[in-house]
Amino acid sequence: MGARSRTAVKPAKPKESFWQYFIRHWQLYILFLGPAFVLTIIFRYLPMGGILIAFVDYNPFKGIMGSEWVGLANFTRFLKSPDFLEYLGNTLKLSIYGLLWGFPVPIILALLLNRVRSVGLKKNIQLVLYLPNFVSVIVLCGMVRILLSVTGPLNNLLGTSINFMTIPEAFRPIYIISGIWQGAGWASIMYTAALANASQELREAAIIDGANIWQQIKAVDWPAIKDIVVIQFILQAGNIMSVGFEKAYALQTDLNLRSSEIIATYVYKKGLLDGDYSFSTAVGLFNTVINVILLILVNKIVEKMNDGKGI
Amino acid sequence: MRAKVKEAAQSSGRKAKFSQMSTFDKTFTVCGDILLFLFVLCIIVPLVYIVIASFMDPVTLQNKGVTFDLSKWTITAYKRVIENKMIWVGFINSIVYSVVFTAISVIVTLMAAYPMSREDFRGRKFFNVIFIITMFFGGGLIPTYLLISRLGMLDTIWAIVLPGAFSVWNMIIARTYYQGIPKELREAASVDGANDIVYFFKIMMPVCKPVIMVLVLWQFVGMWNSYFDSMIYLSSEAKQPLQLVLRAILIQSQPQPGMVSDIQSTAARAQLAELLKYATIIISSIPLLIMYPFFQKYFDSGVMVGSVKG
Repeated sequence: MGARSRTAVKPAKPKESFWQYFIRHWQLYILFLGPAFVLTIIFRYLPMGGILIAFVDYNPFKGIMGSEWVGLANFTRFLKSPDFLEYLGNTLKLSIYGLLWGFPVPIILALLLNRVRSVGLKKNIQLVLYLPNFVSVIVLCGMVRILLSVTGPLNNLLGTSINFMTIPEAFRPIYIISGIWQGAGWASIMYTAALANASQELREAAIIDGANIWQQIKAVDWPAIKDIVVIQFILQAGNIMSVGFEKAYALQTDLNLRSSEIIATYVYKKGLLDGDYSFSTAVGLFNTVINVILLILVNKIVEKMNDGKGI
Repeated sequence: MRAKVKEAAQSSGRKAKFSQMSTFDKTFTVCGDILLFLFVLCIIVPLVYIVIASFMDPVTLQNKGVTFDLSKWTITAYKRVIENKMIWVGFINSIVYSVVFTAISVIVTLMAAYPMSREDFRGRKFFNVIFIITMFFGGGLIPTYLLISRLGMLDTIWAIVLPGAFSVWNMIIARTYYQGIPKELREAASVDGANDIVYFFKIMMPVCKPVIMVLVLWQFVGMWNSYFDSMIYLSSEAKQPLQLVLRAILIQSQPQPGMVSDIQSTAARAQLAELLKYATIIISSIPLLIMYPFFQKYFDSGVMVGSVKG
């Protein structure tokens, strides 16, 4: 049966023009891919044209073309401002530390979970591990504010009355730890699922060969999750400059701005609160461009590590 | 079923072997279990604290912290939160936005992943590049905002549910999952006269239930929890999702009008406002807590299907 269908389809293929193929498979283009394509063009590509705003002194009444062309003035204004290095540093530190501390945790969790011997216990642990993911950013930050408040439980425990939310140095640890608290369990799902697919024959063989647990993890578990680890790392490293606005904004107080003002929150404040559209767009574009450069770099590094296999 | 049996057999096998393990393995196992236990504890403790604290009398809570003396417990905070209209408006809006968004997003994403998963699909590389670019490059906040405004979508549900509906990342996940389905299935179906639509909905989707449930979960929770888009695109109070109502109470410490205004003393009002935060957190989490085991069941089955396939 397989052979017959192959002979029926294959010979026609090389001769077929794209147009003929399209007619024959129009459903694939129009029905399956169409909606996604249209959404992408409208909401992803059209705004890219709006980037021109960064190069003009935008006047909403005159439109982009009617506004005065100022070239790179908005960029130099940002790059020369004393805030620039601070916001860039805050953004990078927040995401790089977040990545370095946060990335290994779900992998370790999944490996540990995989070794839990009782099925019932394992399920209950999973139930707890995944739970914080369902907590919203606002509730999470609300909880953080409650737990760390001057009269809150942490201060009671330490016998102090420190207002953590007003200390710039405390912002990054708060952000990263609460991020791990919330996201690590959920992120481990992917690894857990991949570990469930690890070859049992291989594991049995390893045990028979007298491999200890560490050797089993290296020989059986790690190969099962390695590809996912690599892809996750690329994607997360690529998003290093697009560190979440929502959480940073919800954990900001007037007093911790020195470390909590990141580019994303700055773009929002400048653009939508102050109405400085051109400047805000320029800062946002700057952010995106660095992001793309970082991504290419990370991809190159991973390619080297992974025998030429990048994204 | 088969997976359950297999898993049970496997785990009992491993359990029996603990006594025969080498010292290294025993140490490793025990340390690992302790580590896992500590992590679980770290997750549970703050949640339990919030639950208990929400029932406390505000004065006692501030002076002594949580107690298990039930005579000091009260449900005042819950009453005040439930009586507030905005919480309910927020709930309904959030449900509507999340359901509509999830439906659109998952269908669009799953369908787009199908041609992208087929090696014989012409233009695959082209579309791939088009999609991948958007993962890393975009117009940014202001151009997107101006576009939404131009499209007349400001202060409408569409500004919330459409722009993020197609997720390239989720498409890649679905595509990867599809590629795990044997090609022979499609060949057999096409011999039997099934076209792409029939094949996709009748044959492929049932096989893909695990990945569908995962995407539903992700998208629903993502929309339920987000507040940025609503904050910038929605101006009318009646359209605010729950997260914005919560934000006023929890982050900006501005209780909804009427929640605390009847209290005379400033100190007592501040204490009550603090207590309202706890109750608000609990009440806003109830719907997701109810849905959680339901989703968990599906998620579990997803992992199991995966293990059967392996």
